[in-house]
Amino acid sequence: MSMTAVVINVLTLCCLLFAFIKDSKKTKQALKAAVQSFFRILPVVLIIIIIIGLLLGFVPQSQISRILGKQAGFMGVLIAALLGAVLHIPSLISFPMAGAFLKSGASVTTVAVFITTLTMIGVVTLPVEIKELGKKMALLRNGMSFIIAVIIGLIMGLILQL
Amino acid sequence: MKTPEKKNRSKAMLRDTAFLGAVLVAAVILLLIFPDKKRAVVSSSRGFFVEMIWILPAVMVLMGLFKVWVSKDTVVKYLGKTSGIRGISLAIFFGALPTGPLYVAFPMAAALIRKGASLSNIIIFLSAWACIKIPQEMVELQFLGLKFMAARLFLTIVFVVIMGMFIEHLIGWSGKEM
Repeated sequence: MSMTAVVINVLTLCCLLFAFIKDSKKTKQALKAAVQSFFRILPVVLIIIIIIGLLLGFVPQSQISRILGKQAGFMGVLIAALLGAVLHIPSLISFPMAGAFLKSGASVTTVAVFITTLTMIGVVTLPVEIKELGKKMALLRNGMSFIIAVIIGLIMGLILQL
Repeated sequence: MKTPEKKNRSKAMLRDTAFLGAVLVAAVILLLIFPDKKRAVVSSSRGFFVEMIWILPAVMVLMGLFKVWVSKDTVVKYLGKTSGIRGISLAIFFGALPTGPLYVAFPMAAALIRKGASLSNIIIFLSAWACIKIPQEMVELQFLGLKFMAARLFLTIVFVVIMGMFIEHLIGWSGKEM
């Protein structure tokens, strides 16, 4: 068990204890919701874990870094950005995926761009966004998110040179 | 209201489980064809599973607590009338706190527009909702490390605020019609 996991669990226990003292009925409701969402997300988590395993086992590191690493240049960044914009994966699961890519040769920039477009841009949810907020705002938000995702990724690559 | 949502959920659950089965079968077949890859695949999958299973329950509990304590009405009430730095900070704070996928936030954003919140704050709220969730950040910390998380968080906040203001001006210049 890593240090991070210990800290997260201790913190959660403290919050839970505090919440329980404050309002045990609401806390039970929260726990029920937690159990439900845990089981709801579990299949997707397992799918991603298997795919990560296959990816790391079958695709050689040199191949991943050729497509998503530094030598891929701006093309790699663009691929990551488009992939993130189109895919519809819960952000919770995008982090282990991104971690796996990072470990096996992808660059910080591509990984950061992927996470940012994945979370901020929703091609699948775009119709709902247009309906609720209007075409102009929805398209501007998604389009500009794409641009700032690339900028954020490029700066991160500069800051965290690996 | 509730039944179709529940129906949708169990449908999604069924679809995910079926997909899991398919992936599992594909993985087993692949490993039977290439037995020499088995060790690498199993060990990295197991590694990720262990890392995930230690934090996933905690993340879910935190999300549940937020969901029960911070209601949608609270968010709309507080965000509808603030502006300036305070408004920006609140938009980020409330965006990061509650849970749920982005499409839950769109109707809230629409309600905020009707309440007269500024467009920049709504954009900032939506973006924070999308990519700065506190429980999710713990997963990021676990898998990508403190440096990566902190840098991404900081840059995201800066650029999201800039984007919010830019879009507000852009829509302001081109007239009020939306």
